[in-house]
Amino acid sequence: MIAKLFTIALGAILVENFIFSQFLGICPFMGVSKKSDTAVGMGFAVTFVMALASAATWAVNKYLLIPLNLEYMQTVAFILVIAALVQLVEMFLQKSVPALYQALGIYLPLITTNCAVLGVALLNIQKSYTFIESVVYGFTGGLGFLLAIVLFSVVRERVDNCDCPKAFKGFPIALISAGLLALAFMGFSGLKIG
Amino acid sequence: MNNILFAVLVLGAMGVVFGVVLAIASRIFHVQTDDRLEPMIESLPGANCGGCGFSGCAAYAQAVIDGKAKIGLCAAGGDDAAGKMAKIMGVEAEKTERMVAMVKCRGYESVIKGDYEGIQDCIAATKVTGNGPLVCQFGCLGFGTCVSACKFGAMHIENGKAKVDADKCTGCMACAGVCPRNVIVPVPYSADIVVACNSTAKGKITIKGCNIGCIGCMKCEKVCPNDAIHVKDNLASIDYSKCVSCGLCAEVCPRKLISDSNLRKDMDLATTHQR
Repeated sequence: MIAKLFTIALGAILVENFIFSQFLGICPFMGVSKKSDTAVGMGFAVTFVMALASAATWAVNKYLLIPLNLEYMQTVAFILVIAALVQLVEMFLQKSVPALYQALGIYLPLITTNCAVLGVALLNIQKSYTFIESVVYGFTGGLGFLLAIVLFSVVRERVDNCDCPKAFKGFPIALISAGLLALAFMGFSGLKIG
Repeated sequence: MNNILFAVLVLGAMGVVFGVVLAIASRIFHVQTDDRLEPMIESLPGANCGGCGFSGCAAYAQAVIDGKAKIGLCAAGGDDAAGKMAKIMGVEAEKTERMVAMVKCRGYESVIKGDYEGIQDCIAATKVTGNGPLVCQFGCLGFGTCVSACKFGAMHIENGKAKVDADKCTGCMACAGVCPRNVIVPVPYSADIVVACNSTAKGKITIKGCNIGCIGCMKCEKVCPNDAIHVKDNLASIDYSKCVSCGLCAEVCPRKLISDSNLRKDMDLATTHQR
């Protein structure tokens, strides 16, 4: 059990990193990685929502969609669930944990329909994970996202200070560095566990 | 056909349920915000410059309502914003002197140690070249880190030194925060006399690096009728609560670094200096 969870965790963080090997959640990855402190905030918000969404969508799938033979509506149903969930969490945080709301608040609405969040929900079903495995996969997938976006934001801060050709300034060089980072992460794909 | 209808119904029901839950939740988790917050935020400039010491205009407005901050900390909004905020809070606004940033360096011909062709950024240049490419250890490096820090477009580089356009400057001092030389200081907008040197080195050393550096000769201190200018650590500084802008110090200064030029006018100080 523990070994399986560890395999899932390591896989989600390194081997099958959501950004660098599955290319999910690229939009916030490129958009919010200009500064490392905002990247950290975004990373934690995604981790938080991915873990919650895994739990909620697993339950919805198991107790609502499967009994009603509506598995083919997963994508639509999950978008609905995730959007409602994020709204709910946002309200809850604002009332109960203002400090956390201050830190994550502005990022929460941004990731309502983040494809990494939707992706983790669908992958959980595809890989037929149990409830605990789903939550672990969601949480560690989020950690993988956090790792990727923080690493990349630090790279970008450095690249910004470099003397790079005018044509590559800004977004083009960011895309190239993201590609190189993804290439580096390919090294983990040789990692075999278990 | 039935399949489609069923799916639509189930998902529609889900949507309705979530909607109702959210509606209830919004009641339960409703956060009471102060009615004064909205107009308070509106009375601030909204530049989120951070000059007040809070993370942004909204945070400052909230702090004022909570009584944690004073009115009038917003340099960008000035008396206008302070007045509006005081009205919202129902108190009298204290008149505040408008402060603007000034670069305490006009060493346009300051001596360079060696050519620096690295990253065009003051902080980088300071780190790479052993405290910067200038012989003077106090003067403006002129790579314009402050220019890019300014959110109001009030700074530019002129003859290799940063210069503040006082009319655009809001006094948020974001520029001073990024300056590795600490050469940018707040001065009253109405100030007519400024000391344009930041060198606290001994006179002999200052002379080596710059032709208009303060050598701490005390002439200005002796001539001042109001005891408003003092030399401390080999550098003259003006106490603006006493200064009457008579200009006597500027006249006697042998290095011509005390300028009687008006900050507000974009005067060419290099020519003033050559006179």
